[in-house]
Amino acid sequence: MPAAAPLVLRQLRKSYGDVIAVDGLDLDVRPGECFGLLGPNGAGKTTTIEICEGLTAPDSGEVEVLGRRWGRHDRELRELLGISLQETQFSEKLTVGETVGLFRSFYARGSDADRVIDLVQLGEKARARVGQLSGGQRQRLALACALVGDPELLFLDEPTTGLDPQSRRQLWELIERFRAGGRSILLTTHYMDEAERLCDRVAIVDHGRVIAEGTPRELIASLGAEHVLEFAVADGERLDADALAAVPGIGQPSRRDGTWRLQVAELHQAMPALLGELRRQGAQLAELRTHSATLEDVFVTLTGRQLRGE
Amino acid sequence: MGSERRSWRDHPLVQLTLVRYREFYREPEAIFWVFLFPVLLTAGLGIAFRSRPPERTPVALVLRGAEDSALARRLAAADGLKLRLLSDSAAAQALRTGDVALVAAPGGGGIEYRYDPERPDARTARLLVDAAVQRAAGRTDPVATSERPVREAGARYVDFVVPGLLGMNLMGSGIWGIGFAVVDARRKHLLKRLVATPMSRAQYLASFVLSRLTFLILEVLVLLGFAVLAFGVPVRGSLLFLGAICLVSALTFASLGLLIAARPRTVEGVSGLMNVVMLPMWILSGVFFSSARFPDAVQPLIRALPLTAVIDALRATMLRGAGPGQLLPELAVIAIWLVGSFLLAMRLFRWR
Ligand SMILES: Nc1ncnc2c1ncn2[C@@H]1O[C@H](COP(=O)(O)OP(=O)(O)OP(=O)(O)O)[C@@H](O)[C@H]1O
Ligand SMILES: [Mg+2]
Repeated sequence: MPAAAPLVLRQLRKSYGDVIAVDGLDLDVRPGECFGLLGPNGAGKTTTIEICEGLTAPDSGEVEVLGRRWGRHDRELRELLGISLQETQFSEKLTVGETVGLFRSFYARGSDADRVIDLVQLGEKARARVGQLSGGQRQRLALACALVGDPELLFLDEPTTGLDPQSRRQLWELIERFRAGGRSILLTTHYMDEAERLCDRVAIVDHGRVIAEGTPRELIASLGAEHVLEFAVADGERLDADALAAVPGIGQPSRRDGTWRLQVAELHQAMPALLGELRRQGAQLAELRTHSATLEDVFVTLTGRQLRGE
Repeated sequence: MGSERRSWRDHPLVQLTLVRYREFYREPEAIFWVFLFPVLLTAGLGIAFRSRPPERTPVALVLRGAEDSALARRLAAADGLKLRLLSDSAAAQALRTGDVALVAAPGGGGIEYRYDPERPDARTARLLVDAAVQRAAGRTDPVATSERPVREAGARYVDFVVPGLLGMNLMGSGIWGIGFAVVDARRKHLLKRLVATPMSRAQYLASFVLSRLTFLILEVLVLLGFAVLAFGVPVRGSLLFLGAICLVSALTFASLGLLIAARPRTVEGVSGLMNVVMLPMWILSGVFFSSARFPDAVQPLIRALPLTAVIDALRATMLRGAGPGQLLPELAVIAIWLVGSFLLAMRLFRWR
């Protein structure tokens, strides 16, 4: 018999008063994969992951974690899950070693606390008070507390939010190392680079529903364009959008805050054609940028909004 | 990979209780308020209200001639009087300003007492002076009397206030110690993180109660030891029973602390609630003065407060040597609060 799917969600719903936080969400996490929930603020990521963690009861829908259900196998599940919440402040007066030791004591089976502390590279800080740790060190402490029970499935809610690039890369390496051990991960993030780097598959969540799902590559490929081209013309000048769309090799143009955005499959062919069309319309270029298409572009294309509120 | 549990030190209840100790002794302010403050308060009250030797009442004698010097000697030797020899006008002045309670002036073949009969010490002075005057003139008392002064430990203010302070301390450290720690953990989402592990919720709450019991022993020893050694406050009842009252009281206030901390999400919220619960008891439960001074109509309410029951039981055990049999109503009130607030706290407790 194959191992039970780490996580199956069917038609999950949860509302808080008038606010619908999760609105009929389906999800499957496969064994050994790192799955990412990607979405803007308020998309329902935390609500979803806390339902999976058995901390919030859904209004309706089915939740199956490691082949077990909340309400029936709670004790067992708690032993098998590693959890890092979006915001937990550990007691500032305890040391790193004491904190991880405390969490270790809750699990019947688990890893040695000192080993986990070394694993998250806090060995030097083992005797330091939690109150003296930096933001990145605190996130690694949270990861250590999630790992110390030697979990089958790891839930990480925004593990790197608010960290500097170096600390983020350090955490990514730790998460990758855990996944290399064959365990599964569900993480949430609103950094598309994080999802692209860490996740085997991602679900893009907006307003409590999954609006796209697949590997980062598949999702980007679904745009039908490898590149995104953004430009702005001098103040007050108007462009003929239909004529722009008619340029060969260019997708439907969209305009936001004075910046035009085009999806382009072959940059070396589309660029001269675009410049020719702009010259024909007599427009003066004020700005021109291109980048390879990312998950962010997938989100913008699907919703017409930016993933991260600027 | 997975290692099995090793020693007793790795038991979750031990680890959780250790957290309580660590959080406590790494907070120097807490140590001051729990251990030092009650001792300072006891010392302050004990010194302010210490028993003094009986006061001597100042009286003045106006001398007229040499024949009065025998009287002056007699008065100076009399118990309870402090004699000043003054001229007529100086004596009148001293009487007016209250420097002396009574002026004795020979006049009209006898002696005239000038005093304000409204002043109790003046009336006492009159009796003492008159007795001395009469004896100086040769009066003999028909009945022989003797005196034996009795100065009983247990009747002083410090004896009254120490059981009150002990009760107040048990309540304060139970409610403050638990209330702030629980709400702080809830505010920081630490409670939610903890219930996401296999941790037993009962053990989490038990760790607070367990740590309270250890601190209790220290608190009681420090305060009571100081009161006994420095002021000779009596402990007449059995020490074992006194310890049992302290233990049950600490459990009761720990439960009350859990109940107060069951819902609030903010430190402000829980402080307000603590004040609402504790302030009436500080005033009504007889910490600093007897609760019998409040009107009869509110007495049943005052008797029902846990702190009243605790203080009454402590006071009766320490000062009167009462045993469990004489304190059944108080013990019942304490037990009802213990069970009631614990059960209610369990029902209401907000874990996330
Ligand atoms: N306890 C709650 N009470 C009321 N509304 C809530 C509660 N928790 C979440 N919500 C609402 O549900 C929606 C989804 O919130 P959720 O925290 O799941 O979003 P999120 O995707 O995790 O956002 P973020 O990226 O900011 O963490 C939001 O509109 C939020 O305001
Ligand atoms: Mg969130």
